[in-house]
Amino acid sequence: MSGLIGRKIGMTRLADEAGNFVACTVIQAGPCVVTQIKTEEKDGYAAIQLGYEEATDKHTPKAEQGHFKKAGTTNKKRLIEFKGFEKELKAGEVVDVTIFNEGDFVDVAGTSKGEGFQGVVKRWGFSGVGSRTHGQHDRQRAPGSAGASSFPSRVWRGKKMAGRTGGVRAKAQNLAIFKILPEKNVLLVKGSIPGYNGSYVIVER
Amino acid sequence: MNLIQYVEEKLSPKKQLPDFKAGDTITVHYKIKEGDKERVQQYQGIVIQRRGAGASAMFTVRKISNGVGVERVFPVNSAFIDKIELNKQGVVRRARIYYIRQAKGKKARIEEKQHNETEVANAPANAKPVAAAAE
Repeated sequence: MSGLIGRKIGMTRLADEAGNFVACTVIQAGPCVVTQIKTEEKDGYAAIQLGYEEATDKHTPKAEQGHFKKAGTTNKKRLIEFKGFEKELKAGEVVDVTIFNEGDFVDVAGTSKGEGFQGVVKRWGFSGVGSRTHGQHDRQRAPGSAGASSFPSRVWRGKKMAGRTGGVRAKAQNLAIFKILPEKNVLLVKGSIPGYNGSYVIVER
Repeated sequence: MNLIQYVEEKLSPKKQLPDFKAGDTITVHYKIKEGDKERVQQYQGIVIQRRGAGASAMFTVRKISNGVGVERVFPVNSAFIDKIELNKQGVVRRARIYYIRQAKGKKARIEEKQHNETEVANAPANAKPVAAAAE
């Protein structure tokens, strides 16, 4: 799986060839540097480690500085491993948006927006009580019963309840690449992707 | 420059349109596809608002059709807009004249902008019909 590390920039809408507007997300993806090649013999699995965005010595631990020195690259802020990269690469090589083509379908993973403590209707899509009348009072978005009675006499593990929502890894799958602007390392994908503007994302095919 | 602005500038075609604002009366020549035939439809009305910026800017045009108020929203940079004629420049005090929806009779009129001579001389080419009307 080929991929890149990038940042979500924001959304806009652009016209396609027919003139219809398409909602697009602007992603600044790469250029990434290969910082390590993991092999079956040495590490137990094959993968390629990519680094993204320059970092200063001050903000890089000494151990990581050594790691970058070994790869012959400058310090990087983000390191991500990709398994089964389609291109043969050596440590120190640069990978950029040209590995993708317009029209390709990609998956974009990131950290979804944190929504705080939310009820079951928003968090799990419960339908709520569904009626404001017929004796209902103050419980339109209530979760209802948490389980049966004497068996099991407890609440099943993993029962969907209210709580912290969002702020977890999320992936948007099968997004078509609308346009690529290699001069600015910009990737435009159709539709929305998880996370805040400016947050790190992984684009993979 | 902001990357989104860069992308919009690069990929969104800018249209040469007259400079119209809320209160103006305009005619939008809109391309419509019927099967594989294409024709141009005219839609004349009062601009109620312009909103948004960059590639996603829109404007709303209201007209009274057979006694029923009709509002259409167009993207400013739509490829389907053939051209826009500025028929009348109105004098309004707000950028979004929603009050026109409730206004009846005399209140629903919009005063037309009066041009003095210097303004007419300096008026852009696309404002010509208005200049002619003012004379």
